[in-house]
Amino acid sequence: MALAGNSLISLEELTKEDILYLLAQAAKFEEEPNRRVLEGKVVATLFFEPSTRTRLSFETAANRLGARVIGFSDAATTSSSKGESLKDTIMMVSNYADVIVMRHYLEGAARYASEVSPVPIINAGDGANQHPSQTMLDLYSMQKTQGTLDGLNITLVGDLKYGRTVHSMLTAMRHFKSKFRFIAPRELEMPCEYKEYCRKYGIEFSESRDFDRNVINSSDIIYMTRVQRERFTDLMEYERVKDTYILRNDMLAEAKPNLKIMHPLPRVNEIALDVDDNPAAYYFKQAKNGLFVREALICNSLNIQI
Amino acid sequence: MKKSQLMVAALENGTVIDHIPSEKVFDVVNLLELQKMSTPVTVGANLESHKMGRKGIIKIADRYFTDEEVSKLSVIVPNIVLTTIHDYDVTEKRSILMPDEVRGIVKCPNPKCITNHEPMKTVFDVIDKNTGTLRCRYCNKEIAHNEIKLQ
Repeated sequence: MALAGNSLISLEELTKEDILYLLAQAAKFEEEPNRRVLEGKVVATLFFEPSTRTRLSFETAANRLGARVIGFSDAATTSSSKGESLKDTIMMVSNYADVIVMRHYLEGAARYASEVSPVPIINAGDGANQHPSQTMLDLYSMQKTQGTLDGLNITLVGDLKYGRTVHSMLTAMRHFKSKFRFIAPRELEMPCEYKEYCRKYGIEFSESRDFDRNVINSSDIIYMTRVQRERFTDLMEYERVKDTYILRNDMLAEAKPNLKIMHPLPRVNEIALDVDDNPAAYYFKQAKNGLFVREALICNSLNIQI
Repeated sequence: MKKSQLMVAALENGTVIDHIPSEKVFDVVNLLELQKMSTPVTVGANLESHKMGRKGIIKIADRYFTDEEVSKLSVIVPNIVLTTIHDYDVTEKRSILMPDEVRGIVKCPNPKCITNHEPMKTVFDVIDKNTGTLRCRYCNKEIAHNEIKLQ
C-alpha cells in the first residue's frame, strides 16, 4: 500500500487500488472493531471548526484501536485565537502526537499542514474543499449495500453547490462506472468545474430540478444533502431554497428493492421522519460505517495493515 | 532621426522584451526586479503600435535571461517574445512558454484559501498552457488568465 507520505488530504491522490484496499481494511474493522494495534500511540484531533459527528467518529476509532487521544474541538480555546499561525500549531502538536486528524474552516489548510508536519495529517474537512473520510464512508456504504461501485444509478439531491461531500464523491467515483443524476435548485446546482471534471473523466451525469417519482424509482442510491445555513452569505437566499427538496415516505412506494437512502448528516428536514422506518433508510448505518473507515484511515497513516 | 525613435534607442548588447500590453509593463519590471539592475534599462509604455494600438517595450543592456528566469513572465503576459541582441544584431528570438507550476507570484482569489491567511507562498499548477488557466494547489480553485493578480 503506497499512499504518498501517508497523509490523506484529498481523494484525488488515491488510485482505484488504494480506495479498494482501504475499503477492504474497513470491512475487517467492521468484523472486529476493537483491535488494540495502536497501543502506546497518540492521535491528535485538531478541530479548528466544530464538527461533533466527525470528531466523535475519529476519536472513537482511535480509542477502539487502543490509542490515546489529545486535541481540541473549538479553535476559540486555542492559541490560534491569539493569532498563532497554523504552521506553529501543527509543529507544536506534532511534538506530541503520532498522527494529526484536522478539521479547518480554510480551504487548503490540510494540504499546507501536511507540507510542514513531520507526522501524517488526515484531513477531516477543510472548508468547502475536501472531506475524504466522509467520502470513503459513503463509498463503503454503497459498496456494502449494492455489492459493487460499478453500474449504479446514484442520485445526488439538495445542495450540490456548497456540499463538499458530493464534490468529493465525484472525485473518488471517477474510477468506477456509475451514473449520476444531479437534482438541485438553480441557486445550488453542481458547479461548472465539477461538471467539467465529470466530462474529463467520463463520468456519466444528467441534471434536473425535479425530484420526482421517475427519479426515485430508477435510483439505486439517493444521496440527500442538507442546505447548510453556514455556507450562505445571503440568508434570504437560504430561506428561499431550504425546503425545496424534501423526501417523504410516500414517495418511496415504488422504489427499487435495493434502493438505499444516504445522507452525510446532520439532517434538518430534508428527509421526513417517516422515512426512518423504511428499509431503504440507511443514513444512521452509514454514519456507523464511518467508524470502520476511520479506523482503516488512521491505521493506514501509520503503516499498519490488518 | 525623429525624436520618437530616439526614445527607444538601439541596443548594443542585451535583451529586448517587446509587444508588452501597456498596462503590464510595470508588472514585468517588478517580476524581473529590473529596478535593482545596475546596467542601463529603458522602459517604454504607451508607445504606438500597429498591431496593438499601444504597447510597452523594455530594453535591458548587457543582460541575458534564462528560460527559467523569464518563464514567470508568461503568467502575466502570454506569448511574450524575448529578443537577444549582440553587437546591434538580433541573434535570437524566443517565445516564452508557461511553466508547469507558478510559485509565489500569483495571489489566490479565493478569500477562504489558506494562502491568504498564512505567511506562505502560493503554488499554482498550470492546467492549460494555451489558455493560461491556473489551479491553486491548496484550495483547488481554478483561475482564468484574465483573473490573475500578482501577490
